[in-house]
Amino acid sequence: MHLMYFTEQPMSAYDAKAGLDYGATALMFPNSNFNSNEGSRLYNEYLEQYIYAEEVGIDGIMLNEHHNAPFCMQARANMFAAMLAAATKRVKIVMLGNPLPLWENPVQLSEELAMIDMVSKGRLVSGFVRGGGQEQLANGVNPAFNRERFQEAHDLIIKTWTQPGPFRWEGTHYQQRVVNPWAVPMQKPHPRIWIPGVISKETIVWAAQNGYPYIALNTPVERTRQIWDMYDKAAAEVGIKGGPEYHGLLKQIHVAETEEKALENARQFMWMQGEFTGLAHPVWSTPAGYGSPENRRAFAEFSTGRSTSPRYRPAIEQQLKDLMVIAGTPKQVIAKIKLLLEETRPGILSFWANDGNVTHQDSMTCIRLLGQEVFPAVREIAKELGLQSPFEANTPVSVRYMNKNQQLAAE
Amino acid sequence: MTVAWTEATKDIAGTKMFFKRAGSGPTVLVLHRDIGTPDSLAFYDALAEKFDVIVSHHPGWGKSERAEWMRHPRDIAAMNAWLLTGLGVSDASLVGLGFGGWIAAEMASLAPTQYRRLVLVGSMGINPPDGYITDQALLSYLDYPRMGFHNEAAFTAIYGDVSIDQLEAWDLCREMSFRTAWKPYMYSQTLPHLLGGVQSPALIIHGDDDRIVPISASHVYAKALRNATMTVVAECGHCAEMDQPAAVAKLITQFVAS
Repeated sequence: MHLMYFTEQPMSAYDAKAGLDYGATALMFPNSNFNSNEGSRLYNEYLEQYIYAEEVGIDGIMLNEHHNAPFCMQARANMFAAMLAAATKRVKIVMLGNPLPLWENPVQLSEELAMIDMVSKGRLVSGFVRGGGQEQLANGVNPAFNRERFQEAHDLIIKTWTQPGPFRWEGTHYQQRVVNPWAVPMQKPHPRIWIPGVISKETIVWAAQNGYPYIALNTPVERTRQIWDMYDKAAAEVGIKGGPEYHGLLKQIHVAETEEKALENARQFMWMQGEFTGLAHPVWSTPAGYGSPENRRAFAEFSTGRSTSPRYRPAIEQQLKDLMVIAGTPKQVIAKIKLLLEETRPGILSFWANDGNVTHQDSMTCIRLLGQEVFPAVREIAKELGLQSPFEANTPVSVRYMNKNQQLAAE
Repeated sequence: MTVAWTEATKDIAGTKMFFKRAGSGPTVLVLHRDIGTPDSLAFYDALAEKFDVIVSHHPGWGKSERAEWMRHPRDIAAMNAWLLTGLGVSDASLVGLGFGGWIAAEMASLAPTQYRRLVLVGSMGINPPDGYITDQALLSYLDYPRMGFHNEAAFTAIYGDVSIDQLEAWDLCREMSFRTAWKPYMYSQTLPHLLGGVQSPALIIHGDDDRIVPISASHVYAKALRNATMTVVAECGHCAEMDQPAAVAKLITQFVAS
């Protein structure tokens, strides 16, 4: 079992009423509501929390990025990854991930990731994402070519990491007349690639066909099982037996000294879900051409208020009941995680532990309790259930290296 | 009077391009908006009383197949020019509506003597010196088309309560707009330099309440085209041919017939 720590790095220190009055805080909520002094404090607190998570025994720190929104302060995940590469010694630095379509030059991204891998002495896990709709609009990137750009940028990065330069790349969306970066990853053939996602069938199938573990982002139990079914079927077609080492799950889990405090802080997860401020208009989060064509009609209905959001989440009480959010004392949380692991069987579990206005002190307490009580218990449960991570199972980094890994294992 | 429209497709650049046709007389090619076009319009019927009217669907919009490779309105311009050639029409007049105006202007700039008359209605394609072209990416599928009308009743008369089919069609239209005109959004940086060569007499029409394209864009067209006149239509939004169909049809009929 690979255990990770995650926070969205919220910029919670803004006038919540202004957000409510505006109605949506992702993309267009004026950045005059951002306070750089508070931003400085929060960035440093988050860094302290990550380092503490390593001290108490976490295996990996999961990073992501968003733009133009208070729910996530990371505008470039590689920045924190670079800081952590130098400030930590043991944890995997797990990017989930870099939004490939936003990059105009994927070769430069391959260089940045290679530098992070070398400084961290081979601790990078390089996840890739398509990026949310708002991210395309915030960066002026055409949402209609999102998936094509994702695919092509991925192919270019893999070639850059695995084939000697100089070479030339004449693609549909990227043209690089000289590809010959001197910064290449320390890990061979290349860093592991994990693919996170929520809802897109195409991405699940694509990850499986490449042999990349799929990290389900905070999905309900039933949906998670559907994702694994879909993944394992597609993986089997390329000769990969799916299972826990290819299945990751991010889950909102908060632990505190008392149940009362844990539940109070768990309500802050709703902050991310927009209960307090609202997030984005549907046409911002799913611009035309960004979503699956098969969902076009349903989206047109939903986006004009004629049907319910496919991402609708019930009240916090129901979410706690359905294991969508887990909160309590260490003992309570361990019992619920056991249920969750039995139901979903992931080999990678990411703790989305602190969000919204949870104080630095409470965040540190949460991390301490996770390290002292929860992680050891979860590792034991995982052993009992046979839930191995990709590292423990020594899976190939991708389908392209499947045979090579088998040969190495045989030798 | 009932106008009899025929429907057909033509293979253009590997794509089946759909068009409707009615009337007789000098040919007028109508180039539709970024939000596509309804199947029928009083405006089209009015033009068909005097002219041989062709209403094409841009590739990827309406009933025309998508051309996956298409990246710019200039590509759509070339395909519409190919359509006219394929139909044996050599002296058409062009009526471009909004986004279609940009396409018409591209066609004219590439063939300066080819077209009898050029009519641009609230045309995109130029970066307005004053104001910005409204970014549909930030607006809902309902709000953006509605913003194109001064008269709410005119919108309702055409689109009614707006069906799910229509919403889905607008999503497709929007995707095609993004595929062809994402950046710079809805204008060309080179077109203004190329308009001076156009020989065709041009009529520039702009609604006085156009909330999609600032009128300053039409002023640039009127100045850059060597033989242009400009008319502002009162109580009229961006979708002038649907908002004030009789007035706009009359202006165009007089101009094209002259």
